[in-house]
Amino acid sequence: MTTDLNTAPARRKPRNFALLSARAGAAFLTPAGILVSVFVIVPFFWVIFVSFTNRTLLGRTALNPEFVGLANYLALFDPATFFQRGQFGFSLILTTQFVLASALIGQALLGLLLAWLIQTVPPWVKRITETFVIAAWILPEVVIGFAWFAFLDRDQGTLNMLLESVGLPPGDFLLDSPFWVIVVFNTWRGAAFSMMLFNSAFSSIPPSYFQAADVAGASSWQKFRDIGLPLIRGHIVTDLILITMWTFNTFTPFLLTNGGPSYRTELVSIYNYRVAFQDFQFGKGAAVGVIMMLINLAFALVYLSLGRKKRA
Amino acid sequence: MKLTLPAFIGRIAFSALAALIGAIFALPLLWFLFAPFNARAELGLALPDPWTLSNFVTVFGNSFAVQALWNSFIQAVGGVILVGAAATLAAYALSRSSIPGKGAVTYILLLFSSVVSGSAAMVPIFLIISAAGLMDTHLAVILTFAGGLLPTAMFILRDFIDSIPKSYEESAMVTGASPVQAFFDVALPVIRPGIVVVVVWSFVNIWGSFLIPFILLRSDKNMPAAVAIYSFYSEAGTPVVTLLAAYSLIYSLPVIALYLFVSWKFGFRFFGGIKA
Repeated sequence: MTTDLNTAPARRKPRNFALLSARAGAAFLTPAGILVSVFVIVPFFWVIFVSFTNRTLLGRTALNPEFVGLANYLALFDPATFFQRGQFGFSLILTTQFVLASALIGQALLGLLLAWLIQTVPPWVKRITETFVIAAWILPEVVIGFAWFAFLDRDQGTLNMLLESVGLPPGDFLLDSPFWVIVVFNTWRGAAFSMMLFNSAFSSIPPSYFQAADVAGASSWQKFRDIGLPLIRGHIVTDLILITMWTFNTFTPFLLTNGGPSYRTELVSIYNYRVAFQDFQFGKGAAVGVIMMLINLAFALVYLSLGRKKRA
Repeated sequence: MKLTLPAFIGRIAFSALAALIGAIFALPLLWFLFAPFNARAELGLALPDPWTLSNFVTVFGNSFAVQALWNSFIQAVGGVILVGAAATLAAYALSRSSIPGKGAVTYILLLFSSVVSGSAAMVPIFLIISAAGLMDTHLAVILTFAGGLLPTAMFILRDFIDSIPKSYEESAMVTGASPVQAFFDVALPVIRPGIVVVVVWSFVNIWGSFLIPFILLRSDKNMPAAVAIYSFYSEAGTPVVTLLAAYSLIYSLPVIALYLFVSWKFGFRFFGGIKA
C-alpha cells in the first residue's frame, strides 16, 4: 500500500472515499467493457462453441451448422494423417521447431549478444547497429515481407548477388530451404525486442560491479557470465515467455511464403487461415483456434504468475 | 582507466562484431533505401542513376494505391480515437473509483488479451462481424482492433494514472469541482503523456497489421495499404517493382515518424516494451 504523504493521519479520509463513485466508475468503464466483451471475451467462448459444429463459410452448413461433437478434434488428431504434410500435426511440430529455433535460440541469443556488445562499443557504432535492428522490428510487416521477397530473389536478389561476389554458389532459398528462411526471417524481424529488454536490464546493474571486476582483471566473458547473466535472470525468463507467445501466434511468414512451398512453412496460424478461409471449414478452423488458445493460456498463466511474484 | 593491449583489442573486436551484425540487419533493407528513387528499379540492388522521384509520381497517379492509403488512415485514426477515449475513461475508473474487484478485472483482461490473438480467433471474429452485418466496412476493422488493443492500452494507462498523486483531483474537488470536472479539467491534462503513448502504440499496431483487414475486407474500395501492397506483389503476376518500392516507403513513413517522435519525446525504451 502507498501512503499519501500529504495527508496527515488525523485528517485521514473516511475509508470508502474515492474520487469516482461506483456509479460514475461503472459509466466510465462501459465503452471499453462493451468493446472488450464483444471482440475478446465473446470470441473466446464462441470459438469453443463453433469448434463442436460443422459450420462452413459457404453452402448449406453455413446457415444451419450441425453439432458434430468432437469430430473436428478427432479429424485434427487423426493418427493416420497427423504427421503428414499439410495436416495439423505437421504444422504443430513445424511451429514448435520454429519457436525453438527462431525465438528461443535466434531472437533471445542474438538479442542478448547485441545487448552485451552495445554496452561497450563507441556510441556511433551503437547508434547505427541499433537503428537497423530496430528498423527491422518497427517497419510494417507487409513491407518487411516484400523487402525479403526482393532480398531472396533467385535471379536478382541482394543475397545471391553477395554470395556470388565472394565466390559462393547462389541458391533459390525460398524453394530449397523455406523453413530456414522463415527462421532467419523471424530472428531478424524480432531480435530488437530482446536486445532492448536486455539492454535496459544490463544498464540497471550498478556500474561499480563491473568496475570492481575490471580492477580484479576479469575478462568480458567472465563479467558476462558472473555478473551480467545472474543479475538479469528475471528479465531472461520474461523475454523467453513473451517472444515464445508472439512467435507462436505470428502470421507474418505468410507474407513471405504463403505457407508453401507444399506446406513446408505452414505454421499453425497459417494452417488455421487455410482451413477456415481457403477450405471454408469454419468448424475445423475453430478447433485449431481453441488449441492455439489453450497453448496461449498456458504461457499467459506462467507469465502472469511471474509478474505477480515480482510485484508482491 | 588505462586500457591494456588485450582489452584494447577486445574493444575493437566488439565494435567490429556489433558493426557486422548491424550490417547484416541492414542488408534486406538496403534495396528498400535505393529502389524507390530508381526509375528502372528491379528486384536487384542498384544505385539509382539518376536519383528520381518519378516512382512517387506513379504512386500518386494510381487511384487504387491512393485510396488504400486513405483507407489505412481512416481505419487507423478511427481505431485510435476509440482506443484512446475508451481506454482513458476505463483506466481512470480502474485507478480512482471504488469499484470492487478492480485488481481481478485487470488480471482477467490481461489474461484474455494474451490468449485471444488475431491468429487464434480469426474464425469467431469473422463470424461476429458477419453476424453484425459489418462485413467489408471500415467500421468492422476499427471495432475489431479497438477491442483487441484495449486491454493492453487500459493496462498501460492504469499504471500511468496510478503513479499520479490523487491530491491533484482532491484539491480540485475540495474547492467545489464535480468528479467529472475534476476528471476533464485536472486529471486529463496530467495524464496526457500516457494517452499519447497509448495513441501512438495503437496507431502503429493498426497501421501495420495485415491479417484482420485481410479477413474482414473484400472490396478494393475499403482495402488498407497493407492488403494493397500484398496484393500488388502476390497476385499481379510480375510485380511492378518501381511502384511497390515507392509505395512501401510512403506507407512506412508514418511509422518511422512516430518512432522518431516517441524516441525524441520519451526515449524509445518506454515504447519498446509495449509493442504487441
